[in-house]
Amino acid sequence: MSASWIVRNLWLIPALPMVAAGISALLKKGQRGLSAALAIGSMGTALALAVMAFVEALAHPAVQVLNFQWLQFGDQWVTLGWLLDPLAAVMLVMVTFVGLLIFVYSLGYMAHDDNFARFFCFMSLFAGAMLGVVIANSLLLLFMCWEVVGLTSYLLIGFWFHRPAAAAAAKKAFVTTRVGDLGLLIGMVWLYAQAGTLTFYDYGRGCLEQGAVSAMAAHITVAGMAVSTAIGLLIFCGAMGKSGQVPLHVWLPDAMEGPTPVSALIHAATMVAAGVYLVARVYPLMSGTALEVVAWVGAITAIFAACIAVAQNDIKRILAYSTVSQLGYMMLGLGVGGVAVGMFHLITHAFFKALLFLGAGSVIHGCTEEQDIRNMGGLRRWMPVTFATYACGMLALCGFPLFAGFWSKDAILHAAHGWGVSRGPFYLGAVGALLTAFYMTRQMYYVFFGPQRVTDAGVGAAPVASHAIPAEQIEPVVSARPGEVCAIADPHESPAVMTGPLAILAVFACVLGFAGTPAWPWFQNFLAGQTTRFDWAGFGEPGLMSVMMVSSAIVLVGLMLGWWFYGRKPIVRVTDPDALEKLQPGIFHALANRLYVDELYGVTVIALARFCAGFAAWLDRWIFGGAVRLVSWIVTGVSWLDAGVDKYVVNGGFDEGCRELGRGGRLLSHLENGRVQNYLRVIAGALVVLAVLLLWSHRG
Amino acid sequence: MITLLTLFPIAGGLLVLALSKLGDLARVVAVVFAAGALAVAGLFWYGLDPRNPGMQFEEHHAWAPALGIAYHAGVDGLGVLMLVLSAVVTLMSLAASWRNEKHGPVYFALVLFLEAGLFGTFTALNFVHWFIFWELSLIPAFFLVRIWGGNGRAKAAAQFFLYTMVGSVALLLAFLALFVATGQFDFVQLAQLGRSGALTTALGQNLHWGGSPEHLAMLLFWAAFLGFAVKAAVVPFHTWLPSTYAEASSETTMLLTGAMSKMGVYGFLRVLLPIFPTQMQHAMKPLLWMAVASIVLPAFAAWAQKDLKRTFAYSSINHLGYCVLGVCVAAKFTGSDAGMAAEKAAALTGVLLQMFSHGLTAACLFWFIALLERRSGGLRGIEDFGGLRKVVPVFSGLMGIAIFASLGLPGLNGFPAEFLIFKGAFALAPWASSAAVLGLLMTAVFLLTVIQKVFSGPVNPRWSAMPDLTLTERLALAPAIALMFVLGLYPQLITGMLHTTVMQWVGGMGF
Repeated sequence: MSASWIVRNLWLIPALPMVAAGISALLKKGQRGLSAALAIGSMGTALALAVMAFVEALAHPAVQVLNFQWLQFGDQWVTLGWLLDPLAAVMLVMVTFVGLLIFVYSLGYMAHDDNFARFFCFMSLFAGAMLGVVIANSLLLLFMCWEVVGLTSYLLIGFWFHRPAAAAAAKKAFVTTRVGDLGLLIGMVWLYAQAGTLTFYDYGRGCLEQGAVSAMAAHITVAGMAVSTAIGLLIFCGAMGKSGQVPLHVWLPDAMEGPTPVSALIHAATMVAAGVYLVARVYPLMSGTALEVVAWVGAITAIFAACIAVAQNDIKRILAYSTVSQLGYMMLGLGVGGVAVGMFHLITHAFFKALLFLGAGSVIHGCTEEQDIRNMGGLRRWMPVTFATYACGMLALCGFPLFAGFWSKDAILHAAHGWGVSRGPFYLGAVGALLTAFYMTRQMYYVFFGPQRVTDAGVGAAPVASHAIPAEQIEPVVSARPGEVCAIADPHESPAVMTGPLAILAVFACVLGFAGTPAWPWFQNFLAGQTTRFDWAGFGEPGLMSVMMVSSAIVLVGLMLGWWFYGRKPIVRVTDPDALEKLQPGIFHALANRLYVDELYGVTVIALARFCAGFAAWLDRWIFGGAVRLVSWIVTGVSWLDAGVDKYVVNGGFDEGCRELGRGGRLLSHLENGRVQNYLRVIAGALVVLAVLLLWSHRG
Repeated sequence: MITLLTLFPIAGGLLVLALSKLGDLARVVAVVFAAGALAVAGLFWYGLDPRNPGMQFEEHHAWAPALGIAYHAGVDGLGVLMLVLSAVVTLMSLAASWRNEKHGPVYFALVLFLEAGLFGTFTALNFVHWFIFWELSLIPAFFLVRIWGGNGRAKAAAQFFLYTMVGSVALLLAFLALFVATGQFDFVQLAQLGRSGALTTALGQNLHWGGSPEHLAMLLFWAAFLGFAVKAAVVPFHTWLPSTYAEASSETTMLLTGAMSKMGVYGFLRVLLPIFPTQMQHAMKPLLWMAVASIVLPAFAAWAQKDLKRTFAYSSINHLGYCVLGVCVAAKFTGSDAGMAAEKAAALTGVLLQMFSHGLTAACLFWFIALLERRSGGLRGIEDFGGLRKVVPVFSGLMGIAIFASLGLPGLNGFPAEFLIFKGAFALAPWASSAAVLGLLMTAVFLLTVIQKVFSGPVNPRWSAMPDLTLTERLALAPAIALMFVLGLYPQLITGMLHTTVMQWVGGMGF
């Protein structure tokens, strides 16, 4: 069987950006244009190839693989490879397309940054690794790319490394995701031991194929779990870390320390969705029990993060918590509805959340690096394009009827509603949807509506007025009293290189949902390898219309509540307390402090780790080292004792013996004093003695 | 051939001493000889037949036949790997010393003598012949630490020497007992006796000590184990290592961690595993405990260190711990099914890769510390720096690569090794391996803390004029860094040479 050209050369898609990154790394700091050109060129080519792959997957929806041997141990080989199926094809196109737009946007956003070239190097490396995750046909290769993705995330969060907060956030992100990755690693080696391979599809021998999966499902291990369940849950640990599921979500909001295009690409559209993709990829392994866990974790994450988002004031942090919440929805979708349900939300979310982040970046750019929404206000007048596109993204995220998020979120809620195990996740998801509409409305009012917010003179940045806007356009909304100035000095719209991508993404945020409506579930069928016909009867599925009605009503209620609290009476001053804060200060502060999860970890896990570190060092110094010292003291003591014995007993005795010997020698030396007469005398005496002896002995 | 390889650095060392009056020329000669040794080691690599599992390039001369002493040298995949590693690390260490004014001709000569000791150790197949080189390598190492070390060098060197000597004496006694029982000093012969169980029988017949021969064999195993455990710094026999690594000059530490620490693991593979397989199985529980402790405790302890060299010293113990884990699980009795043979092969291949990979990475890391010390006037506290990435971007970037290699990032050399070790170890000893992954987490924690404190944050004004790597330094480092990538992406370069050796061990264990 000969695979088509694109399948054989699928590796080019991740390799191109990686090579671009490699070349870029060797460039000099000043070669900014070349670095950007390399990144964008490679990404554009990758997009073209991804589209080719997509077309190929349309024509041949079955999984196509290409495996090769990588590493030999004993008489066995570790096999790696890549695959093309509809799931991978969709992700390829999404990542390359959104990535390309964000690269272009970055040209404007990062234009003034010193390390512009390095930025594109890291971004390209990220894109390559992410595309590697997508096409990997082996859990090992996926894991390798997954870790490199984690590295680039680390590098880009800490891109402005001179800021201690950025450095700390980068480390936190890497370590937190690594906690999950350890589960993934154990799951991976366990899977390897059980299935004998980590290759997903290998003509019937892969670990995701019938034979291996049913063998693992039949094998019971600890706690009465099937091996496949245990492995599935361990793999899910990795997904939880990467996709910011509670309780490993803490790194994602902090990751907003990175430049905004990074947040859009990595921490909204692609990398954080890799966890969802991973679960979708190993879906055949996920048993019913494992999926229950996935669904519950997803539902809890969805509502937990949505609650916190309500009380945040940093424009990017709101979106970050929103991302966490939406990732929860995706997991919920995978748990209750299957691959297509979760993946559809992943794809729509990628577009509208990238749009929102880039919009937020445009706002931040236009407000001279201001991120606190309380300082903004009324920006729609200065940033019409940003405002309009942001509104599209916001409506899509809220799930406003007919926008992209509406269809995908509705599919999740519908599936949750029909889930046989429990109705709980449905309710959590529904309340989460209400909160989503609410916090996004709050953000819109704070950022784009009302008057430009004012603050006491001397606190704000610069004096009022001097806007580069024709006088007639300035509405008399700036209600600055004497002594007050606008918090944002000179808001301005971003250049076309930034608004262009916004506009393109906005179109997708509006229409992408139509690719997967109940009447024309093209997306779902494509993933399943089926063709699609348009049929209104799709809406007739039991419970579908009622869930749709309910969720639309929920969205409207959320929007109304947002308007009631934040739109009805415009917020004028930076120092005005939040409407919710006035109502429920206790709850608001708890939410604003992110429910103290970080603090909790600080006094538990981190404190424990610190204690262990200190303990290990102490153990070394006093117990192991102490034992060694003890031995050495004993040895030294024995040596001293020995030396003493030597000196006073042995040596003394020896010396005494020597002296004795000397005296004896001197005594005896008198015998040998060289006088012959003496010798003769001795000989004569001896002869006499001898004679006497002989005679005496002969007597008997 | 092997003898020539071993004599080569000695000749170089003597020549360096002879030329010591000429100053710089001595350096050149030393580096030329180290490079030559690497080239010859490379020839062995090239010449090794990977399909032949036995010893190759063998040399066998009678020495004192009545005493079982022979000059018996030869290499298999493991031996060649270690030769190349020693040669690479020595060359790196000499290159790192190039600009160190304190390191005169005597230093260079001693380094070359040490290299000869390593070559001899990694090729000798008769205990006596081997033991001479084993001890011979210790002497130059002692003087390198004692003379060119830091303030605490005298104590550290004495501790290092005595600690290792205690292990060596235990080892020597064990082998004398073996000789008395079997009349053999030859590793290959002893391994056959060990595998067949004849060793225990012989001990019972020829040594009358009042207990069962099994207990005696066990005792001898532990005595030999002590010798290697001290060298490989298995917890709790590791306390000499942090102080020695910290007090020795960084260039010396490169040798200690890059090559000498591998002697212990080599002993595990060449001596313990083949000669005492049954004893290892019986001692599995404490062995696994020690291996896990060697992985986890130092990783925690490293986080509590304030001195970069001590941090990386603990990191070395942690990395060697993975090797010990891999060797131990390979001896685990699990029945004779083919699946377990594959797991053993994975663990052992991982150990071999890890030895090479850690040697490379650790030597690189201490090289960077040497470069840093030279720029900071000897300061190397974790808190002494800050924001260096802004001041010395190339240095920071390259050291960052080495740090991530040490952390086990895929794409760099550490990952394939650790993956294979865990792959094998998990199937053979799931709980121990699961506990050991904690070490992987803490490694990330303390290494990223180093990056955070040293390279990130605001620039410490004290170092705002620190010079970045010079072109020479970059060129010298480039091959090492490139090798990290090569081995990370194409580990088959090494494993392709080892698979028959590994299969021989796995098959030879016969269980």
